[in-house]
Amino acid sequence: MRFEHKDLLGIKDLKKEEIDLILDTAIPMKDVTSREIKKVPTLRGKAIATVFQENSTRTKTSFEIAGKYLSADVVNLNVPTSSMQKGESLRDTIRTIEMMGFDVIAFRHSMSGSAHYIAKNTKMKVINAGDGANEHPTQALLDMYSIKEKKGTLENLKVAIVGDILHSRVARSNIYGLSKYGCEIRVVGPSTLIPPEVERLGVKRYYNLEQAVQDVDVINILRLQKERQNIGLFPSLEEYSDLYMITPEHLKMAKEDVLVLHPGPMNRGIEISSEVADGISSLVEEQVKNGVAIRMALLFLMLGGI
Amino acid sequence: MRLLIKGARVIDPESDLDEITDIFIEDGEISEIQPGLEIPNAKIIDASNKIVCPGFVDIHVHLREPGFEYKETIATGTRAAAVGGFTSICCMPNTFPVVDTAAVANFVKERAMKSGLVKVYPIGAVTKKQEGIELSEIAHLVAAGCVAISDDGEPVSKAGIMRNALEYAKMFDIPVLSHCEDLSLSKNGQMHEGYYSTFYGLKGIPAAAEEIVIARDILLSQLTGGHIHICHVSTKGSIDLIRRAKEEGVNITCEVTPHHLTLTDEIVGTYDTDTKVFPPLRSAEDVEALVKALHDGVIDCIATDHAPHDFESKDCEYDIAEFGISGIETAIPAVMSLVHDNKLTLNQMINLFTAKPAQIIGLDAGRIDVGSSADITIIDPDLEKTVDISRFYSKGKNTPYKGQSLKGWPVATIVDGQIIALDGKILE
Repeated sequence: MRFEHKDLLGIKDLKKEEIDLILDTAIPMKDVTSREIKKVPTLRGKAIATVFQENSTRTKTSFEIAGKYLSADVVNLNVPTSSMQKGESLRDTIRTIEMMGFDVIAFRHSMSGSAHYIAKNTKMKVINAGDGANEHPTQALLDMYSIKEKKGTLENLKVAIVGDILHSRVARSNIYGLSKYGCEIRVVGPSTLIPPEVERLGVKRYYNLEQAVQDVDVINILRLQKERQNIGLFPSLEEYSDLYMITPEHLKMAKEDVLVLHPGPMNRGIEISSEVADGISSLVEEQVKNGVAIRMALLFLMLGGI
Repeated sequence: MRLLIKGARVIDPESDLDEITDIFIEDGEISEIQPGLEIPNAKIIDASNKIVCPGFVDIHVHLREPGFEYKETIATGTRAAAVGGFTSICCMPNTFPVVDTAAVANFVKERAMKSGLVKVYPIGAVTKKQEGIELSEIAHLVAAGCVAISDDGEPVSKAGIMRNALEYAKMFDIPVLSHCEDLSLSKNGQMHEGYYSTFYGLKGIPAAAEEIVIARDILLSQLTGGHIHICHVSTKGSIDLIRRAKEEGVNITCEVTPHHLTLTDEIVGTYDTDTKVFPPLRSAEDVEALVKALHDGVIDCIATDHAPHDFESKDCEYDIAEFGISGIETAIPAVMSLVHDNKLTLNQMINLFTAKPAQIIGLDAGRIDVGSSADITIIDPDLEKTVDISRFYSKGKNTPYKGQSLKGWPVATIVDGQIIALDGKILE
């Protein structure tokens, strides 16, 4: 089986078998990252651009090192030095990058649909590294990989996604991915941060954290953007953490072998307590490791390195 | 010029005229309507299998001139209107400068005389610079030819100002056209709030952002007796509010656009910025309620809200694209799709595009009658064409219908007895 898409814009565009293919391909990639000599020549002669319009350390670095482990040339275009701030149109920026010969671009932007927009305007392969509140497909893939690695399967798990669902591309991509495996997905957060008609995505809505984590296999905690408070979506960080911070008490309500995920960076003491972040259920550090493997797998599949 | 239209099915819903007959036009007026006319030295239009109707009237058009000539001019916008089958249009005042003084209204009228192709009636601003603070010089605007007032593009946010506008407009017997939007609810919104905004991750604009202001305007019309006309109604809840108000005898009318009648929020998933419009494309349930309201008279007319934009304003990320659809060249075929689907009769459609909008504004238009101006639109109900933006006369190519095959197009447009558009081309 091959990965037939020109771009990876969202999990919603993928079939279950395609997700399986990516996850399976990531297994040998993870082996590579654990070796002493971490470089393989697979993508020698290929060029990868990372363009991040929003701040990001881990995703950008993860793409960069994934490309380098595969021997591709990787160039990061940072926002402050890019032309987007000089008033150049996004299309011109992307065309310029294409003309330099890049094969693939990992692209992050604060606005939903931006990855679709650039994909229409370039021959480069586009990997959506997060577009507004829409999707963050590589995060969902690495989350699914991390869960499957520990649980042995993704089928029919109970997963709680906690926090700001409204603005979260991580939540959406996880929902689109996990629902293909028959998972029972629960979203929980303050009512102002749950999007309308979310049930139609095939999830259950909760406002009460204790109820939402009852008997779950996985708790995926979203990062709270503190600035949402300023636009009146919740009254204070204190009240938020009283209602929605995951503590060891919550883990006791879940399955005994519950896994805790967080895409990072964590706000300790706001959405996750340090005991949980550093506890045995936490996959937070493993997620980072798996993120490199997933991105290697994707680059490998998309750049035809078979 | 003597013109003889032969063998057409002539429909004038206001006079219950619907028959195969001939029309003779002389000196810009309709001079005879009867079958089998033989007129020597007349130019003959064979209109068999076509529908001849009163010239279509569009009471909601953005011509962009003065100030935004890179988006549209009175010359290009009126040509687009002509090709689209419209003979009379009312243009919104959100230009630069805003049409808030007689001088600007006169400019628009003069430009329309000089470079326009169809009849242009300017709409004046409710408030100076459309800032929602002080009333414009409405008497002066009316004296200069403005046929209504509106701050369209922006809501009149303060109820007190809207109250005064309705009171004041009463003296001149003109309607206040209201763009209903609660800015605190619509802020940063990109599309209809609902399942699809959740699915696509775009910020939603709830139906309530429109309905709250409609409810307010209904109460203010009751308070003042002034004629409130609701622009581009788009939700089921709005229809319910307006239905109830009409039952109670409120002096209210409303319009709906072709795109809100035929497209839903689902199509935003391509992130094609041509789907971005205000009010946003709504849910299938809303669309169904709008179509139903065309039948039972809650909706008074169809208006295009033709909102042309330059390429750059739409060639960008969805969030920063301008709102608006260039709609005047596709209005008839878009609404004809409802006729072909048996959701609307041809007579209803023609009425909603002719006499009804003319009545709202008080224009002497929208009729086929001996002695009236020979403003006529001829439609070929069976003609199928693909929407080709490269052939648009409008500068605005921003249409979500691009590339779609639509059936039922205007094939000739006649203003004051002159054929100005024929077979999709302007005659000059």
